[in-house]
Amino acid sequence: MRNVYGWLLLTPAAILLIGFTHYPAVATLYDSFFSTGTVVRPSRFVGLANYAALADDPIFWQVLRNNLYFAAATIPTSIAIAMLMAIWVNDRLPARALVRMSYFTPTILPMVAVANLWLFFYTPQIGLIDKFGALFGAASHNWLGDPSTVLACLAVMTVWKEAGFFMIFYLAALQSLPPEIEEAAKIEGASRWYFFRRVTFPLLMPTTLFVLVNATINSFKLVDHLFILTKGGPDNASNLLLYYIYQVAFSFFETSYASTLTVVLLAMLAAMAIVQFLLIEKRVHYR
Amino acid sequence: MSEIVLEKVTKRFGRVKAVDEVSFRAETGKFVVLLGPSGCGKSTLLRLIAGLEDVSEGKILVDGRDVTRLSPDKRRVSMVFQSYALFPHLSTEENIVFGLKVRGMPGEERRKRLAKVAQVVGLAELLDRKPQQLSGGQRQRVALARAIIAENNICLMDEPLSNLDAQLRHGMRVEIRELQQRLAMTVVYVTHDQVEAMSMADRVVLIREGRIEQEGSPEELYARPATIFAARFIGTPGMNLVDLADGPRGAVVRGSQDALFAGRGEGFTLGVRPEHVWLADSGGVAGTVASSEYHGADTILTVRVGDETLFMRAPGQLVHAPGTPVRLGWKPESLHVFDTASGARAADGLQPLRRGAPAG
Repeated sequence: MRNVYGWLLLTPAAILLIGFTHYPAVATLYDSFFSTGTVVRPSRFVGLANYAALADDPIFWQVLRNNLYFAAATIPTSIAIAMLMAIWVNDRLPARALVRMSYFTPTILPMVAVANLWLFFYTPQIGLIDKFGALFGAASHNWLGDPSTVLACLAVMTVWKEAGFFMIFYLAALQSLPPEIEEAAKIEGASRWYFFRRVTFPLLMPTTLFVLVNATINSFKLVDHLFILTKGGPDNASNLLLYYIYQVAFSFFETSYASTLTVVLLAMLAAMAIVQFLLIEKRVHYR
Repeated sequence: MSEIVLEKVTKRFGRVKAVDEVSFRAETGKFVVLLGPSGCGKSTLLRLIAGLEDVSEGKILVDGRDVTRLSPDKRRVSMVFQSYALFPHLSTEENIVFGLKVRGMPGEERRKRLAKVAQVVGLAELLDRKPQQLSGGQRQRVALARAIIAENNICLMDEPLSNLDAQLRHGMRVEIRELQQRLAMTVVYVTHDQVEAMSMADRVVLIREGRIEQEGSPEELYARPATIFAARFIGTPGMNLVDLADGPRGAVVRGSQDALFAGRGEGFTLGVRPEHVWLADSGGVAGTVASSEYHGADTILTVRVGDETLFMRAPGQLVHAPGTPVRLGWKPESLHVFDTASGARAADGLQPLRRGAPAG
């Protein structure tokens, strides 16, 4: 009876967590073992049939490939650019606040707004890129309509949006480094690059790990721009896992198959997070 | 050879002169202490020598070579920082040989030097530890080792002991001094602690508001402070500094009757160290005990003389109830007279100190 008070205090949070996180997760897993029910054919247990269908679904494999390509293109680039920008704006330079702010601006814009903005860049003939290219005599190109360029275009836009956000973390980490360390290295004759390689970079590792986990999750989570720019097309060339799940669930109304896809996505993300922590933690210096 | 010479070095931050035409010489193998209160520019001066700040005017020479515009690594100096500035992710060993690696010294030579230096500073057992696994004193040794392994023979130290507790500080003081003499290093050492300056230095440069207030051996600074500021800064407890006034038979402590010496007293300040004052049976200056403070080895007696208060330091225990009338005596050569307005030491010739012995 002594614990009742404690349980009462926990209840509001517990209800929210169970109702919106734990129950849906379990329900998704549960649904993935059943067929989608319709009015004439109620849902029934099908075992791993949904998973078998997934393995045979060419679109799933294409979307997964797209997503891995998208992740591989955006994660290292945005991290490298974020680190570079942070080191740059951490220095004493004129109008530092302005530069920092402009790097951070893409972060505060909603993804939908960013997508609309970039739509104007990528539009054939009247878009910024084609207008600019025309100055040098380049032919017009349908950037988002061409399966070979569409994913790269999305990646560039995502890097633009995310790098500024990650920069803030690096900037905070850099500012917590005591300036004497750099002076001590200077007296020893270390070049900027040597100092970065042997001191700054290792000391930023905890931040890098944090950013890496976030960037990985984001690369699977961020799909807002697809609604504006391509709707996954042309011919699924820019379709990503989460957007595909959305399509399956709410356009094709195959909720069971969508559940199956969701389970696979979650399992992949969990596995990646675990691997990242285990691998990198060994090489990360925590103070 | 490893001599540092500063010629009229000035450093401006905007319109503020942090260092104002400072010239001094740190001779080879000497331990020079830059002493002064916080914010007096002594650390800036050290950073100018290291090359971490740009000199606004003047010249810095190391071994006769003009290094004023050279980058820090070209000056062949080492530096120990107040915070030690160790690389937190590197082991003791990696921290110590960091500079050697930068310069691309071959591994064998590096290991030889490391072994030697680790022996000298007593870190041989701790080479694979990270800085956060070391105590304050051990970190201090790592910083020292990193400074001496380069064999630059010039070492700049910026308040290296201020983060240590009192007991450790005393031990490290002795050790640093010993190390400096054994390796015949030229050390420029910044501190605000006059005890460190007195106990370690061959030469003390006392700095006030970016200028050199007085420069000399510790003995000189103690025995002949050039200004009221120097008099107040050196010694614990500090020198008694009391206003003088004209009396019927010569200068007197303001509000008192007993003449100290013939001549005017108005406009002058008398300085006498507490340890140079004693209780006289007769003669001297009359006063009343205000309080006595027992310190174990000695007692500090506070005595009211006229309108002023003097401290007297006597060995052992000395019990005097407040209100007891006493007479204070001192040797005439223990008296220092300063011009109150300028703070400068009044020319000794003008003050008949020979007659300063309180007349009996």
